[in-house]
Amino acid sequence: MMDTGLSGFIKKLPLEKRVLLAIDNIAEGVYVIHLERKHDFLPGQVVGISLDHSIPARLYSICSGKDESKLSILFNIKPDGLLSPQLAALGRGDSVLVSRPFGAFLGDEQPSWWIASGTGVAPYRSMIRSGMDKNKVLIHGGRMANSFYFQDEMKVRLGDRYIRCCSQETGEGLYHGRLTNWIREQETLPLANQYFLCGSAEMVVEVRDILISKGVELDQIMSEIYF
Amino acid sequence: MSKQPLFGKTPDELLKIVQAHDLPAYTSKQISQWLYKNHAQTFADMSNLSKKTRLLLEENFIVGLTSFSKVQISSDGTKKYLFPTTDNRFIEAAYIPEDDRATLCVSSQVGCKMGCLFCMTGKQGFQSQLTAGEIVNQVISLPEREQLTNIVYMGMGEPFDNLESVMRSLEILTSDWGLAMSPRRITVSTIGMIPAMKLFIENSECHLAISLHTPFHDERRKLMPIENIYPIAEVIDVLRTFDFGRQRRISFEYIMFKGINDTPVHVKELARLLNGLRCRINLIRFHPIPDTPLESSTEENIDMFRQALLKKDIRTTLRASRGQDIFAACGLLSTKELVKQQEADF
Repeated sequence: MMDTGLSGFIKKLPLEKRVLLAIDNIAEGVYVIHLERKHDFLPGQVVGISLDHSIPARLYSICSGKDESKLSILFNIKPDGLLSPQLAALGRGDSVLVSRPFGAFLGDEQPSWWIASGTGVAPYRSMIRSGMDKNKVLIHGGRMANSFYFQDEMKVRLGDRYIRCCSQETGEGLYHGRLTNWIREQETLPLANQYFLCGSAEMVVEVRDILISKGVELDQIMSEIYF
Repeated sequence: MSKQPLFGKTPDELLKIVQAHDLPAYTSKQISQWLYKNHAQTFADMSNLSKKTRLLLEENFIVGLTSFSKVQISSDGTKKYLFPTTDNRFIEAAYIPEDDRATLCVSSQVGCKMGCLFCMTGKQGFQSQLTAGEIVNQVISLPEREQLTNIVYMGMGEPFDNLESVMRSLEILTSDWGLAMSPRRITVSTIGMIPAMKLFIENSECHLAISLHTPFHDERRKLMPIENIYPIAEVIDVLRTFDFGRQRRISFEYIMFKGINDTPVHVKELARLLNGLRCRINLIRFHPIPDTPLESSTEENIDMFRQALLKKDIRTTLRASRGQDIFAACGLLSTKELVKQQEADF
């Protein structure tokens, strides 16, 4: 009989045991875990994470800088998820299975718009912490005012190049509405810029369509979806 | 609490269920026979079960088969069926009759999270995973079931993003206790999710199709975000590590986009990328979807491209366009239904 168990899935993505150094609960249901780091990575890369061989590895963007001693991951709890509720219950000193960093959603020095929904802000934080924030604008979409993870840090690093689009609450400095609306409302877009998109498939597909309709060339759009 | 469907369960799982309800072990085989061989629609149809057993099943379970809710019929005979799912969403299955075969293109997810630029299903985002029962239901509940010769997992969704259900559905389709189809009649198509692809290759005998669309990394990542995670060069490196034997087929799907992936440079790079791999390339005309900047290559260019690949000794076919008058490209019909439903919700 065919083995339909997912245990084999893990075996196909080599994982190594790492010690969890700390876990921060940064918003309701949203956490950052800090792991010991063994490998170099490029800002924007992902790692596969699991806890044991019964749970399929999930991919998460690294949110720490390339020169930091630890490897940090931002995640939210998926109510039906196999992994995220267990990750959130971990404590310092616990073990986590982690793959080597990989992926090609990489930042560079060119002027860019970084567009994210929810925890899709993670790779941009890694890029910012790696000194790649010059000439960048971050447009972050979230439902509530506390959905803008790392906002204190982002305000300091990006100033008025940090736009928070909040769909369900109003607040000082927040654009009230979805980030897709904010982009639609822009009369012109900097067509020479690069556009990085990271988040849910729905957001990425919708934003990509808007950018193309506003004259952005396909070559200038880079997407990373929560697979 | 909603009742659990029995359709989609393996004999082992059915055995556990009957044991949990203090029924004789042989009942599981009888149920399996009714589900997968006799295509029972209701528990009342299962005439060799005792009345008490049928009543018990009725009280605790549903059979789990669902009829299509809509069908569009093309002038060329292609039919696109819309099936409702248990969570009130919609999936599509396309029946494509030809002279010597009849193929069913099945969906593996409701929506898709891969976000490929050329795909209509991606426009509706990811809605939910299909169960194995919901995947096989598209086969069993097809009015033309008896005419079917081939099944392709090329409908809505990325099969390897729903690996467990897909593998289980393949088990139902190919096992002696199930539909007993030859795995050589089934093709699973992926955009190249490497870990799941490895597992599929090792645990299934079905054919494999890879959505390639351009051999160049920088081009492919614009068309298919998965390229950032699992580059096509790595996908092909992985394929080279497996022995597919003489009967099992690897094919590469290649949609022809005007001015993007249809040049002699692409032919040359394809030949380099696939060098030594026993495979074929299936060229596909692009049928435009709303809000896309992409256009299909001209017929002349497609033919030149095909000839150039053949000269490089790469087996190359051109897929016939089917069901254009009913927008047979997957995702269009269900997206329309989704929009209709969302409008009704508000």
